[in-house]
Amino acid sequence: MSWRADIGLEVHVQLRTRSKMFCACPNAFGAEPNTQVCPVCLGYPGALPVINQEAIRLTVRTGLLIDAHINLRSKFDRKNYFYPDQAKNYQISQYDQPLCVGGHLDFSVNGESRRVGITRIHLEEDVAKNIHFDADSGVDFNRAGTPLMEIVTEPDLHAPEDTLAFLQALKQVLQYGGVSDCNLEQGNIRCDINCSVRRADAVNLGTKIEIKNMNTFRGVFRALQAEIPRQIRELERGRAIVQETRRWDDAAGRTESMRGKEDAHDYRYFPEPDLPPIVLSEETITAWRAELPDLPAARRARFVAAFSLPEYDAGVLVSDKEVADYFEETVAAGAPAKAASNWIMTELLARVSESGESIRDLKVAPAGLAALIQLVENRTINGPTAKEVLATMLVEGGDPGEIVSKRGLAQVSDAGALENFIEQVVASHAKSVADYRAGKQPAFEFLIGQVMRLSRGKANPQLVRELLKAKLG
Amino acid sequence: MSEPTTWTLAESARRVREGAISSLELTDAYLDRIDRLDRAIGAYLTVDADGARAQARAADERRSRGERAPLLGVPVGIKDVLNVSGWPCTCGSRILEGYRAPFDATAVERLRAAGAIPLGILNMDEFAMGSSTENSSRQLTRNPWDLERVPGGSSGGSAAAVAADLCPAALGTDTGGSIRQPAALCGCVGLKPTYGRVSRYGLVAYASSLDQIGPLTKDVRDAALLHDVISGRDPRDSTSLDLPPTSLASGLGRELTGMRLGLPAEYFIDGMDPEVETAVRAAVEQCKALGAEIVPISLPQTRYAIATYYIVATAEASANLARFDGVRYGRRVPGEDPIDMVERTRAAGFGPEVKRRIILGTYVLSSGYYDAYYLRALKVRRWIRAGFDEAFRSCDALLTPTSPSPAFRFGERTGDPLQMYLSDIFTVTVNLAGICGVSLPCGFTKAGLPIGLQVIGPALGEAAILRVAHAYEQSTEWHTRRPNLAVGEGAA
Ligand SMILES: [Zn+2]
Repeated sequence: MSWRADIGLEVHVQLRTRSKMFCACPNAFGAEPNTQVCPVCLGYPGALPVINQEAIRLTVRTGLLIDAHINLRSKFDRKNYFYPDQAKNYQISQYDQPLCVGGHLDFSVNGESRRVGITRIHLEEDVAKNIHFDADSGVDFNRAGTPLMEIVTEPDLHAPEDTLAFLQALKQVLQYGGVSDCNLEQGNIRCDINCSVRRADAVNLGTKIEIKNMNTFRGVFRALQAEIPRQIRELERGRAIVQETRRWDDAAGRTESMRGKEDAHDYRYFPEPDLPPIVLSEETITAWRAELPDLPAARRARFVAAFSLPEYDAGVLVSDKEVADYFEETVAAGAPAKAASNWIMTELLARVSESGESIRDLKVAPAGLAALIQLVENRTINGPTAKEVLATMLVEGGDPGEIVSKRGLAQVSDAGALENFIEQVVASHAKSVADYRAGKQPAFEFLIGQVMRLSRGKANPQLVRELLKAKLG
Repeated sequence: MSEPTTWTLAESARRVREGAISSLELTDAYLDRIDRLDRAIGAYLTVDADGARAQARAADERRSRGERAPLLGVPVGIKDVLNVSGWPCTCGSRILEGYRAPFDATAVERLRAAGAIPLGILNMDEFAMGSSTENSSRQLTRNPWDLERVPGGSSGGSAAAVAADLCPAALGTDTGGSIRQPAALCGCVGLKPTYGRVSRYGLVAYASSLDQIGPLTKDVRDAALLHDVISGRDPRDSTSLDLPPTSLASGLGRELTGMRLGLPAEYFIDGMDPEVETAVRAAVEQCKALGAEIVPISLPQTRYAIATYYIVATAEASANLARFDGVRYGRRVPGEDPIDMVERTRAAGFGPEVKRRIILGTYVLSSGYYDAYYLRALKVRRWIRAGFDEAFRSCDALLTPTSPSPAFRFGERTGDPLQMYLSDIFTVTVNLAGICGVSLPCGFTKAGLPIGLQVIGPALGEAAILRVAHAYEQSTEWHTRRPNLAVGEGAA
């Protein structure tokens, strides 16, 4: 018997705005608890919400990036439930008239291209953070009221691998759109999973299980790896799946029941009377559409066309928006494109993937890398020295030109000095000289290596080669 | 010179401006009268004597420097539902015990900008839910015209204070009649402005789509003056309307020639107090004598108004009052866990009427009932608005009673919530339609209780209704009558 899983996601994305959704408090991560609060986001009596227009723009921009229909008229609603992480004990959200409906996101899994339908995108306010101490609990309201965009997908995903690839593609779009920092450690992206299983030939979807509050992509992947077989096992034992909400226990590696359907909240949505409907004009949408950035596929094509990069290089560079931006800035600072691409792909990305940092966290800025490449291009230093300089820059920062002059690393291209090294090597390696003259090429390479050693790596290898060849002629 | 506490707001402002009295003297006169009389009335929950005196001195200082402001140096009373920075704001509820307002409501800020001095906090029905101020958890407020009777509600403290000359004017709020009904029962003027005229920022919400702040005053001109001061666009309230400032006080006249006033049949119902009907019909005749044309009309929607109101208002209230959970401010009753704490806090903090309305509102929004109640109420609400729109195509304003009865006795209606709800039968329609209405005295019962006439206008029709009200008022002497508080004074 073969089974098929159907997976849909509700992805919550924290938007990159300066202020919160309905008040002027900063939307920033990491401040002392309860320092970024005001009567509005603390739900004080008499305080009223005012819509952050930037959050509206970013949500619509996301909709435009995934080909959604933008509702010119939408509204906010109150979602009612009691929980201490909610200042008002209702959340301002959007119920039946979200900002965006429909749309799709294309991505590829193992080279195969796929499309996932987007049901809707709406805007709401985030909740506070509950903190549990030994004896009691506290609430940090800094996050309360920050803008949160919810993207709901169709159940178009069918495996953990698909789902992971989709999330990565979505993250790319959000980063490209400048919509969110997509910093997972800071909880910028969180999601709920809807997952059901049915016989491969069944027409209707199976009974849906919701897995709440996933904070990492890896968690989503692992939860699905555990949940899909669990549902299949149940069905194979002839047991029905009962609609419920489950949570993922990462340590135990399994999902467990949180609450059944009968305990589901009745959120009692109704239109938010404190806020007028959101009305957008066609002109506004057109203007916002004109500001859309290249998405990865378009950017890759542009890199190939404009910079004559190989498809492979372009693909690697655009897979992370920050890397692609870094590359473009390096080129803009004067580095030849192919050289910049080589340095970024071989040296910097290795470094970044080792440390888990972002390329922007490196002590080498695009201008610094461009300057380094320039030193190689004009033969001030050779390749191995450049790698050494880069290693220094990665640790200490600094200007490559200064590092080279301070340490006397500049390449020796003075023929007189090099002849001197060559004479010493020829004198002390008679056997190799004889081997070379007998037609053994490796002996020549050995002799070059000896000259380089004597120059402590600073000799211009091209010049050494020419001079040595002439000498042994 | 007459007793300063009998002066209107306009008169007080003028005399301070002219130097006939200092702001400090005027303020002291009120503080002294409150001291002597309010034990009998119970209008004030808190009087900020020191703060008021300090501001009075500052106002006198400003005046001596030649500064001008429309209400410079004149004290005003504030309903307990408005945030006044540093003051308690309990909304007549135990659940806000200990809460102090961290900011000024926009209306209060505008009062201050006009030079007025917030004098003290006035009693009200808990969270503005009620029509007699008996739902206050704090104290009883008595009707100055008969201390055995209610002042109306929910702005009962504001109406009683104005009627008893304990302040020249007060701010109240009106969700279903809470300014107009107590104004009628206490014999003063109460204006419910068009929804969106006055910023609700700093007004503790009962029903956000219906709430509106407005003045309670001794005459119509004062209501216009105070409206001009507190109204206008406020970026902190997204529902406030972006309109040029009003100058209603300057547009008041004495005759009504050319005005068409509608008389809706549905506002004269079986079971209403005959003395009220007689007084209101006499007022209609008086308006005719002043030149108005009286147009009989029909508003068949009226019979559904109370039901619609109690669905819309309670639904919104059930969410608005959810924030009172003991987590961040106000009263907290400890519990075994956070949820238990919230439940205990709310059980102890809210009074029975508030609980009744929260439960009702929760019910009408519940899945399975939403369409039958809340959604249908929204439809009826639009229909009510359409009915008024239709009426205002042929009329400039409507004349109705404000309340079907004069002030009733304490306890008379507390046992029967539905009977109490019917007190608002003539006022809730105005809130549901988002239009404006004013109540003013139009006579007294044989027992000496005031009777209120309501003038209803279209959205942004304040100028028209105040013009009608003012012309009528100036042709009568009802607004000059004062309750005899000699007995109260002796007892105090
Ligand atoms: Zn805030």
